[in-house]
Amino acid sequence: MSGDVILLAHGSGGKLGQDLVENLFLRHFDNPTLLKLDDSAVLPIPSPQCPAASTRLALTTDSYVVSPLFFPGGDIGKLAVCGTVNDLSMSGAMPLWLSAGFILEEGLLLAELERIVVSMAATAERAGVQIVTGDTKVVDRGSADRLFINTTGVGLVPPGIEIAGDRALPGDAVILSGTIGDHGMTIMTQREGLQFDSPLESDCAPLNGMVGGLLEAVPPGSIRCLRDPTRGGLATALNELAGRSGSGIQIDETAIPIRDEVRGACELLGLDPLYVANEGKLVAIVTPEAAEAALTSLHAHEFGQGAALIGRVTEAHAGRVVLRTALGARRVVDTLAGEQLPRIC
Amino acid sequence: MLPLNRNTAHSSVAGDCLLWDIGKKVQLVYTGNMKYIDEFRDPTLARSLLARIAARSTRPVRLMEFCGGHTHAIMRYGLRNLLPPTVELRSGPGCPVCVTANADLDHAIALARVPGLILTTFGDMVRVPGSTQTLQDTRASGADVRMVYSTLDALQIARDNSSRPVVFLGVGFETTAPTIAAALLQAQAEELENFSVLSLHKLTPPATRAILDEGEVAVDGIIGPGHVTTIIGADAWRFLPEDYAVPVAIAGFEPLDILRAVADLVDMIEDGRPAVANTYARSVTRQGNPAALGVLSSVFAVGAAEWRGLGAVPASGLRIRDDFASHDAACLFDIDPGPTREHKGCLCGDVLRGTVVPPECPLFDTACTPAQPIGPCMVSAEGACAAYYQFGQEFE
Repeated sequence: MSGDVILLAHGSGGKLGQDLVENLFLRHFDNPTLLKLDDSAVLPIPSPQCPAASTRLALTTDSYVVSPLFFPGGDIGKLAVCGTVNDLSMSGAMPLWLSAGFILEEGLLLAELERIVVSMAATAERAGVQIVTGDTKVVDRGSADRLFINTTGVGLVPPGIEIAGDRALPGDAVILSGTIGDHGMTIMTQREGLQFDSPLESDCAPLNGMVGGLLEAVPPGSIRCLRDPTRGGLATALNELAGRSGSGIQIDETAIPIRDEVRGACELLGLDPLYVANEGKLVAIVTPEAAEAALTSLHAHEFGQGAALIGRVTEAHAGRVVLRTALGARRVVDTLAGEQLPRIC
Repeated sequence: MLPLNRNTAHSSVAGDCLLWDIGKKVQLVYTGNMKYIDEFRDPTLARSLLARIAARSTRPVRLMEFCGGHTHAIMRYGLRNLLPPTVELRSGPGCPVCVTANADLDHAIALARVPGLILTTFGDMVRVPGSTQTLQDTRASGADVRMVYSTLDALQIARDNSSRPVVFLGVGFETTAPTIAAALLQAQAEELENFSVLSLHKLTPPATRAILDEGEVAVDGIIGPGHVTTIIGADAWRFLPEDYAVPVAIAGFEPLDILRAVADLVDMIEDGRPAVANTYARSVTRQGNPAALGVLSSVFAVGAAEWRGLGAVPASGLRIRDDFASHDAACLFDIDPGPTREHKGCLCGDVLRGTVVPPECPLFDTACTPAQPIGPCMVSAEGACAAYYQFGQEFE
């Protein structure tokens, strides 16, 4: 029976979701831009005056269905702006314009909707983007979980910027911009009613400013790949990069920054923080010569203070991510088949 | 609110979950900076324990880690590769999802198809293939199957849907059973008549005894389950040295916990002095958790249970007492799950008995993967096959 219908696991960012993309969407929407499977599509702008113009258009879209709608550090509206801004930023684009589509469930409090819209406006202003078009649909009670948001983003990729998942080369540095798992564990602990001394907060943030600084701080071409490790976490993002580039990636467990509270909550629930979602972090694959300047630039930005060099791109174990554990053993870090679930025992 | 000091926060996970469920306020508070994790992953201490094990181990020994959580930690930290070749670690039956028999799973799936019924379950169970389908398939074809993280969520669903029967699928060992018992007490106190439990709970010592009685796999020592023993107490394992001359070391789930247990087991085997060693004293006492055991025995009675791999094991399950019959889904619903079918070629039963290791199964990483699991051991986060698949890949 499995395979005939859509299961929740198809949406969890694991292998089932990949299968859906590769065996259904790519098969029917087959085109070279989509085949790149990057966070944004990067498209040439036809220019009769200047055929050699190298500014390109970046386009991306994402839908947001998070529950609860409000959580420490953000809400679904902030997430909907940041997520799309960040997807554009990961192609090196300057995000400029967003659309916003709302699917509202009958009975949603208008005050809640306004709170979310105000949050979206504030986040858009902070990110320097404008929400320039939109759509609203209302569905019967029970046909949606209060509120879903879709945002599409358009940005421009300046000349000379070439960032894509397939550009990593052996020897490159793997840099992470800060602690992992903050967003996912905030949502999880909110749902679970877990509380901590120093409360967990989602890291939800627009990263375009930090990416802009990073691109200026290093010689052109030094930033080879950028990824925001959202659903599926750091492990999934690194596996995508290893797979796209045909190189291996080795990371050092002790170098990966994790907040004590996140680690504690993960241990308690039996989850691996490597697979927990982030909404304000990026992974940068950088030429070895530019690694130090990249780290310095990230450290100077409020969202990159915890940035760390966590590993290297390798010639060995092509397509796979290998973790050196704190005890010195090495193991493969694979993509998960589905969502991580808390242990029973 | 349950304040925990930093030394006990992690170590009493099982106990916390219990209180977390029983307490009316679902709150768990950490204090301190939780440095306990680094302390139990210290590479220098790990190296000295490994050196102690290597120095002491003169003959090949096979140690069985009962608990799937241990298998997972062993694979995640790569401990197998760090131990001397004389020490073999073998997974046991300690994965509650995995040991659930197909017939019981089919029963749950058939329950989920009862019109109007809401079946609530811990997450892993939804992906385990029964005879013909999984709960996730059943849900996709219209059944109302909801994943919950705690029985409190299930109780809330029952309160919110008072006109519909809400069944909680009770799967787990002594660790989880008290929380389900507490939920049943709460349901009775609230007269929440639409809430019931299908109890498939199992007890760990009888399963260990069954494996040793069968004698299919020679076991020189047992790494005892830390969370279970937090509830039942270390004395519950005295039968191992006394009746079988097999030493047991109760262990926590951090790498140093496990290495310390291995070191103690190797010492006891080399000295020929089997005993119960408690290397998880920050959580486990000799007597266990009397409050949890009290709740457990007020709601459940011990009975036979069907285990995947072990078959029917006497006095190894928990059935709901007659006083709570109105909350016992096994009594309330007359279900015909149809004939049970086992999956051809799947060696989960053998893996759970410890007679084979996962890569010896012909389906492992061929027909059976976490994305398309055939047996439960490939599904559950505590399953041995999933741990071997996720962490055991060769990369050289």
